[in-house]
Amino acid sequence: MEPLLEARNISKVYPNGMAANRSVNFSLQKGEIHALAGENGAGKSTLMKILFGMEKPSEGELRLNGAPFSPSSPQDAISKGLGMVHQHFMLVPSFTIAQNVILGAAPRKGLSVDWKKAAQETADLSAKYNFSLDPNKRVEDLSVGMKQKVEIIKALYRGAKILILDEPTAVLTPQETAELFSQLFKLRESGITIVFISHKLKEVKAICNRITILRGGRNMGVFQVSDVSEQEISRLMVGRDVALKYDKDNIPPGDAILEINRLFLKNEDGKTKVSNVSLSVPGGRILGIAGVDGNGQNELARAVMGEIPIASGEIRICGKPATGKLQGVRQLETGYIPEDRMKQGTAGDASISDNLISIRLKSPEVCSKGILRKKKISALSESLVGLYRILCSSADQKVSMLSGGNMQKVVVARECSTSPKLLVADQPTRGVDVGSAELIHHKLLELRKNGTAILLVSADLNEVMELSDHLAIMFNGQISAYFEDPSQVSEEELGLYMLGLKKQEGIS
Amino acid sequence: MRQDKSFEFARTLLSIAISLALAFAIIALSSKEPLAALRYFIIGPLDSASHIGNIIEMAIPLVFTGLYYSILFKSNLFNLGAEGLFFSSGLLSGMLGATTYMPPGLHPFVLILAGGLLGALLGLIPCAINYKWGASTLVVSLMMNSILYGICMFLLNNKFRDVSSYTIVTEPFQATAKLARIIPGTRVHAGAIIAIACCVFLYLFLNRTKWGYELRMLGSNKHFAEYSGMGVASIMFLAHAISGALAGIGGSVEVLGMYSKFQWTSLPGYGLDGALIALLAKSNPAVVPFAALFIAYIRNGADMMARLSDVPAEMVALVQAAIILLISSQALLKGLRERSLLSKLKGENANA
Repeated sequence: MEPLLEARNISKVYPNGMAANRSVNFSLQKGEIHALAGENGAGKSTLMKILFGMEKPSEGELRLNGAPFSPSSPQDAISKGLGMVHQHFMLVPSFTIAQNVILGAAPRKGLSVDWKKAAQETADLSAKYNFSLDPNKRVEDLSVGMKQKVEIIKALYRGAKILILDEPTAVLTPQETAELFSQLFKLRESGITIVFISHKLKEVKAICNRITILRGGRNMGVFQVSDVSEQEISRLMVGRDVALKYDKDNIPPGDAILEINRLFLKNEDGKTKVSNVSLSVPGGRILGIAGVDGNGQNELARAVMGEIPIASGEIRICGKPATGKLQGVRQLETGYIPEDRMKQGTAGDASISDNLISIRLKSPEVCSKGILRKKKISALSESLVGLYRILCSSADQKVSMLSGGNMQKVVVARECSTSPKLLVADQPTRGVDVGSAELIHHKLLELRKNGTAILLVSADLNEVMELSDHLAIMFNGQISAYFEDPSQVSEEELGLYMLGLKKQEGIS
Repeated sequence: MRQDKSFEFARTLLSIAISLALAFAIIALSSKEPLAALRYFIIGPLDSASHIGNIIEMAIPLVFTGLYYSILFKSNLFNLGAEGLFFSSGLLSGMLGATTYMPPGLHPFVLILAGGLLGALLGLIPCAINYKWGASTLVVSLMMNSILYGICMFLLNNKFRDVSSYTIVTEPFQATAKLARIIPGTRVHAGAIIAIACCVFLYLFLNRTKWGYELRMLGSNKHFAEYSGMGVASIMFLAHAISGALAGIGGSVEVLGMYSKFQWTSLPGYGLDGALIALLAKSNPAVVPFAALFIAYIRNGADMMARLSDVPAEMVALVQAAIILLISSQALLKGLRERSLLSKLKGENANA
């Protein structure tokens, strides 16, 4: 059978010299769900951007229905029947669902938009695929899972026959994921072809027909999903077997390092983001904070680091009250892996070496009397690059040239290597490949062994369950559950707490 | 990494070559004797020691204002205040040069220091206003150019003017205040050495000191600097103070090196040229002198051509515009670069 969409020998080099795709072949059969798997920086996003007209390939050709296809822009790709749901949603929060769906492709009545028809068509599409969306609801009032559905409807409304989903489950709870999957099956039944980009091999096994695996910009093979095991896929993705279990050293907890008492936080509009949270983390322990994105976990982490002001309550680090200023908290021997490595965690056009020393200027090893000690700095950088297996040509390379996983390793190397008393890790492995994630996990456990108190915020349930000694779940700014020993709870039960369907008694 | 740098270098050279070719084309079209005009333009500025001296003396103030913008660009800050600072510090040094007495050697040193100090203080004003009230440093600095010019002209006219002169000038400087000529047969003065020293100092400052490092990190990513626990506000103040001091030193050096009394009655225009120099030099203090020499060279060439042939000097403005346009167009040579990377990749694949 002739493929619906085919990419032949696609290569892409970016002006900074990064080769994202190297002679990649990719083909889609009509009506399949095709997984595209690979570590970060393997070239998945680049390949999809090329299909969607956002990037031009340096070499190679695309064919759609057997005819040459070279989309000049996303608009062009959309008009040819492609649709893409990005990891970060592209919706207007203050618009209703229907307004978002028709934006740029509105049905007209005379000179004005035919709102009735817009709402009707949105409702029809929603009903057809069981999406149960109310077209008149505002997008800002929707949960993440609902927003994702709006994105899918938006693509379908524009006549998408091929739907590209970029890590669609990264932001979903287990329940929402299950719901999404049943809807994807429905879409497939009605003849829609789906490209499913994911790191999560269980999901790939659960819903995909075929899988294409990329590594280092190369195609490592195309398989029927039923013919390969998770271990095989994982090996092809990272080139070795990945241990999914960690052994934690059995050490006694130390003194309480981080203490949070009846903490309330408000955002700039005065809306309460965190209410009445009390937690404590002793040295040598990892406290995991799980929850669906946007339920106050990020604000909590930032407040501990002094990035946002405290509305009421108290945060103490090593017994000292946190000052409410990042500069001050930094001086209390704290490490901080921020949520967004590009925005905060790195200076892109500075070298790896420059990025590694930014919090060590007070150390006499790095800087004495205001003069940087070049030799010591380069020795330090070389050793960190080796210890954290940062893939680069040298420590003088610009950070922006690194892949996501390696960039994150730079952040982790900097924050963990100062042996902090407290480490705040906000989504330390988000969007990071399996191999890098494993290394980062090992480094966190190493810190734990050396007596560091770790506050770990993560949307990745596997991660928090596997690493945490204690686990708190946040919903709507409050702690909805706290487990002394998270290994005793199932993922499904956690999901109920994360969605606010259940709340433990006697908590806050 | 190294390849990236050489690519940037090649692109800058190509931009210059294309703009010069454009200049030649214009000359060929507009002149009755294009070859002679070209000769004045290209060879004229280099054909005698005194002509080469002209290039160097013109480059000196450009180095200082070029450094002013290099420091700001490196910190990802921007303002156009060099002009006013240059003028104010020039007047201060000129006025002090005419009225104070000090031993030779020490005298210009103190005057230049005073100019630098004034520049640093004035340079802090837009930054402070921005910090306190959030007003754009660009707008404030532009307004300050006019304000400083007005204040300086008022002071010159009413306080420091040489009443015995028919023109608006200060009294002549003391002989001890002037910067010494360092190359016989030219007007190249000791300011050239100060300019080079400033470039070296700033290069080391940016790359070898904690403060320079913080400044670069601020320029690369402000959020990163904050997140790392740096005092971002104080780094911004520092960057403005240093750049202001450089513009001030530049003004003083120019006045004490080139004149025997302060005689500017309009803003000299070096302030804006500095932005061009910094752009050409990619904000690298080590490259600034070369960029300044290049601009001084084509200006001198244009000047000679205008005087000795039938081509107008305005043509140089065209060449400059073309250079800026080409250097700032990131897409130039992109295709070529992509092809070379692709073929390198193929080589790797074949070896793998």
